[in-house]
Amino acid sequence: MSGDKEIIRVERLRREFIVGGEKVKALRGVSFTIREGEFVTIMGTSGSGKSTLLNLLGCLDTPTSGEYVLDGVSVQSMSKNQRAFTRNRKIGFVFQNYNLLPKTTAVENVELPLLYNSSVSARERRERAIAALEAVGLSERLYHKSNQMSGGQQQRVAIARALVNDPVIILADEATGNLDTRTSFSILTLFQELHARGRTIIFVTHNPELAAYSSRNIVLRDGKIVDDTVNLTPLSAREAYEALPTDND
Amino acid sequence: MNIVNLLKIALKALNNNKLRCFLTMLGIIIGVASVITMLAIGQGSKDSIKAQISEMGSNMIMIHPGNMQRGGVRQSADDMQTLRVSDYEALQELPGVAAISPSVNTGGQLVNGNNNYPSTIYGVTPDYLDIRKLKVADGTMFGEHDIRTAAKVCILGKTVVDNLFPDGTDPVGRVVRFGSIPLTVIGVLEPKGTNSMGMDQDDVVIAPYTTVMKRMLAIDYIQGIFASASDEEHTDETIDEITETLRVTHKLKDGTDNDFEIRSQQELSEMMSSTSDMMTVLLACIAGISLLVGGIGIMNIMYVSVTERTREIGLRMSIGARGIDILSQFLIEAIIISVTGGIIGILLGLLASWLVTAIAHWPVSVQMYSVGLSFVVCTVTGVFFGWYPAKKASSLDPIEAIRYE
Repeated sequence: MSGDKEIIRVERLRREFIVGGEKVKALRGVSFTIREGEFVTIMGTSGSGKSTLLNLLGCLDTPTSGEYVLDGVSVQSMSKNQRAFTRNRKIGFVFQNYNLLPKTTAVENVELPLLYNSSVSARERRERAIAALEAVGLSERLYHKSNQMSGGQQQRVAIARALVNDPVIILADEATGNLDTRTSFSILTLFQELHARGRTIIFVTHNPELAAYSSRNIVLRDGKIVDDTVNLTPLSAREAYEALPTDND
Repeated sequence: MNIVNLLKIALKALNNNKLRCFLTMLGIIIGVASVITMLAIGQGSKDSIKAQISEMGSNMIMIHPGNMQRGGVRQSADDMQTLRVSDYEALQELPGVAAISPSVNTGGQLVNGNNNYPSTIYGVTPDYLDIRKLKVADGTMFGEHDIRTAAKVCILGKTVVDNLFPDGTDPVGRVVRFGSIPLTVIGVLEPKGTNSMGMDQDDVVIAPYTTVMKRMLAIDYIQGIFASASDEEHTDETIDEITETLRVTHKLKDGTDNDFEIRSQQELSEMMSSTSDMMTVLLACIAGISLLVGGIGIMNIMYVSVTERTREIGLRMSIGARGIDILSQFLIEAIIISVTGGIIGILLGLLASWLVTAIAHWPVSVQMYSVGLSFVVCTVTGVFFGWYPAKKASSLDPIEAIRYE
């Protein structure tokens, strides 16, 4: 599945914070390369540095030292505005708590990243938003407002929003953390489908079960990579979903 | 990020919070409406005072004796006898003087048969009518011949007529007595009503000045001179001409004080309008304060809104909004609120001004400058008070903002 093109290359990535006068080393030299078409889970307990890593990969933060190359462009030397531009064009975020705009329709929520891209016309914006919503199976709910949808549907809208700018990488932060098991598996199925269509996905989670559904698993502990395994035979989330009991008592 | 998209984003955000948006606007609406209404009332009263003064004769100049010393002792104005008929004749020659009349007056009881009425008789020339903007409604004005002969004739004001002829008979041609002197009524003045200081301008009797001087007061000086400048703009120059002429005829040496005083309506009108200017400023201050309070209201709401929408701001940043985009969004929201509020406020101010005239019958004059001013002020208010919260929003850390609970 993995192509040759490097999407992400990080080398000796370090990130230190000063908290209350004390130096906290959140990342202590992390190196890995992610190629096009990989579905990587980054796993770790809280305090392992996975959120810090996600912020760095998402261009929300800059490393204290080390190198980060995203899609052939070095990120650590970018200005704030350049990083915003990069987030807008190359990255799709999916958050644990969806972060949809309230009282706003699905289509308008999905259009949001394109509003910050002046090269996209209003018409193209609408077309791409509808296409993205169709890709996540929400073509029936284009004009539902975010607060009229279930958690699973909201997360689908959020995924559509992450897809709409055609990013080189999708960064999911505990994307199933707020959902029940059934919905979690349906969202995971969606991620696997996107992966099958060639999307590069990084899925950050603390839930070890999910590793079995990805193509590669990186485990962080105390700011260092302790395990990096390629999973040649990922389980099918769809099968797991269908195996779940459907009765409600 | 283009401006159309920014406007869309801001409008959408405001639309999601209609009530709060309206309440914020209310401060601006009231502020602008009160600025316009207050200034309209202030200007209206100023205009009406001006109109009343100009009705009294806007370019009128009054010359009175004054400031005379006799051996170092200053004299009371009643004792002054510095103005003479010769002064009046000299001033007649001045080019800037359009009309001029000496003035002598005395109070007394007017009697017509059973009716009597106390009034003041003014001894003047026919020019007096022009100066005071008076008109003879019935009958005629006396002429030069009556002045030369000190004719026993008079013109009555409306109030005097009403009191002396309560049965409504035509007074023209009748003889009334002023003290012991019989006067033939040759005319009646058009009613003028009260002036701005509440004085009845119709309570007046006019007679040739020679009649009053010789037959009633038995004096050889005059008590004052009324004149009118040929046009209002040149009143000051005319006053200078008069001063110079009088100094010459009075043989005053350089360095000595004038033994007369000159007043013009202009001074009076300036005094009155400075009073109403002060009122306008006061009203504008009150209105300005309410506009300021409205602005602070915007700042308050925008500030709360930034805190409340921290997550939204974090999200926008994570999907590619730059600091300037967030800043623009919040600034545009503030400007939309204040400008919309300003427009509604202007309409409400016009309506309120109209209501003030319609209900309270106050003179009101809506000033275009106040409309323009308040519109500019409320836009500036929006930018000024929207800036701080917008700046705060744009400087949020996206990592913290997106996880803000």
